[in-house]
Amino acid sequence: MEPVEVRAKGKEMEPLEIAEKIKEKFPEEVLDIREFRDQVSVTVKKGRIVDICKYLHDDPNLEFDYLRDLCGVDWLGRKEPRFEVVYHLYSIRHCHMIRLKAQVSEDDPSIDSVVPVWIGADWHERECFDMFGIVFKGHPDLRRILLPEDWEGYPLRKDYPVRGPEKEWSGFVEVLEKAKEFGEFEWRE
Amino acid sequence: MPEVEKILETRELNVNMGPQHPATHGVLRLVLDIDGERIVNVKPVVGYLHRGVEKLGENRTYFSALPLSDRLDYISTMNNNVGYCVAVEKLLGIEAPERAKFIRTMVAEMNRISNHIIALATHILDIGATTPFLYSFREREWLLDLFEMLCGARLTVSYPRIGGVRNDVSQEFLDSLYKFTEEFPSRINEYETLITENRVWKKRTVGIGVISAEEAINWGLTGPTLRGSGVNYDVRKHAPYDAYDKVDFKVPLGKNGDCYDRYLCRIEELKQSNRIIKQCIEKLPKGPIMADVPKYVLPPKDNVLKDMEHLIHQFVLITKGPTAPEGEVYVSTEVPKGELGFYFVSDGTGRPYRMRVRSPSFIHVSVLPRLCAGHMVADVIANIGTIDIVLGECDR
Repeated sequence: MEPVEVRAKGKEMEPLEIAEKIKEKFPEEVLDIREFRDQVSVTVKKGRIVDICKYLHDDPNLEFDYLRDLCGVDWLGRKEPRFEVVYHLYSIRHCHMIRLKAQVSEDDPSIDSVVPVWIGADWHERECFDMFGIVFKGHPDLRRILLPEDWEGYPLRKDYPVRGPEKEWSGFVEVLEKAKEFGEFEWRE
Repeated sequence: MPEVEKILETRELNVNMGPQHPATHGVLRLVLDIDGERIVNVKPVVGYLHRGVEKLGENRTYFSALPLSDRLDYISTMNNNVGYCVAVEKLLGIEAPERAKFIRTMVAEMNRISNHIIALATHILDIGATTPFLYSFREREWLLDLFEMLCGARLTVSYPRIGGVRNDVSQEFLDSLYKFTEEFPSRINEYETLITENRVWKKRTVGIGVISAEEAINWGLTGPTLRGSGVNYDVRKHAPYDAYDKVDFKVPLGKNGDCYDRYLCRIEELKQSNRIIKQCIEKLPKGPIMADVPKYVLPPKDNVLKDMEHLIHQFVLITKGPTAPEGEVYVSTEVPKGELGFYFVSDGTGRPYRMRVRSPSFIHVSVLPRLCAGHMVADVIANIGTIDIVLGECDR
């Protein structure tokens, strides 16, 4: 097995340079480039997200081989469109990183899945679906992951109450009923 | 024999393993499809320990969300706290003083040792050797006693603070820790004599759960699980935080990407961590332990009790939280299990608008089906041990 070594340090690209490259390649898709604390986020339309990711993954100068993280952000009432899916990409070979943000609207909360590019996105996308209700089209197995399958609502949305929904989850109701039933039982010594 | 074939048909069996199973390292449920002894498919079911840490974090100030981070991975609490503090410091644009950085590096490496010996001990126990488990818990106890001496807590320490550490280290603590670093290499030798060349151990781990370098990167594996496949990726080297750029250590790499190589990586990391601790004690600079940034960092307790200005300042900071500038940061640190990332989106208030925890265990559980495919049922246990998971961190 060939060991993967970090290619000579110093060859890494500046994050703004990477952002410019994306803009050059996909001029219609890039909406905004912003830098904060040496980290650059590129906001893109969701339409060609898989193409952008494929380009970032395959281009020999960029080679973003590692998807660090994928998560959603809910901007209820603050920004339009409401959701953002955030991709943190890193290149182990070139030691550079970039943040991609794809905008997803409330009316059509769906985006193409990047599992064909990074297989590790599988569970991240399932979690994002679980917490935000964003549907990843083309995902091999899109089910709830951390919450029970019959859970109602999407907890990390900003309009979801912190203390939980008023209606208890069916499984918990069952436990409460069982406890009541056993509470009436007279235990003998 | 057509008669017999009619009665005894061959079909796949569906077996449930967990969530209450001693070898699953927590509440992990696996649904196994098996054909005889051979694994056809593994479906991990997680979420039994989901506590909504991300939602909780959004409703707390940056100060009060700190203890949530050591409830994620309850085996390596210091590393989680350090990861959280480093991330918030980056967001606020402050930096801990030099002494605090060395102390943090030191305690993080202590916790790395205690995590790795637990990982090895439970892995070996699952496979069937009881003795190393008892040996390694002896050292873990020693380290936990040192933590107790340092901050009063053994497990959920919450010792690092945003902008530094809670209290300074005493000379007595440093002496005891130095004694530990002198003693520990001989203890590693003890484990190695018991395990490394053990025939049963090698039979159970060599060639099990092989994953190639390219594939491991594509899956998003990190930590020793990735380095076992020979990928030189360590956040401590790639993006040094705290005092990691001032100490000398090597990143051990495996060759074959199987359970045995990952084990060797962990053993070598024990030695390297021990070296780092030693260097930290030797190089520990003098100076303050909290950053002097009154806007974000709590004033010293002594002053709060004597001085009106400081009291008001403390009150405002505690109730409102440190008002972070608008923006977003993703900062990752190397915890024993892999890469722990915190992603903060700030809207300019004292609470994060969005707090995202990228936990290594979550990804490591997702790779289980890939590692187990084609192996025997008993190898599932070996694979669970080798990816070193804690379900508290996986489910958040």
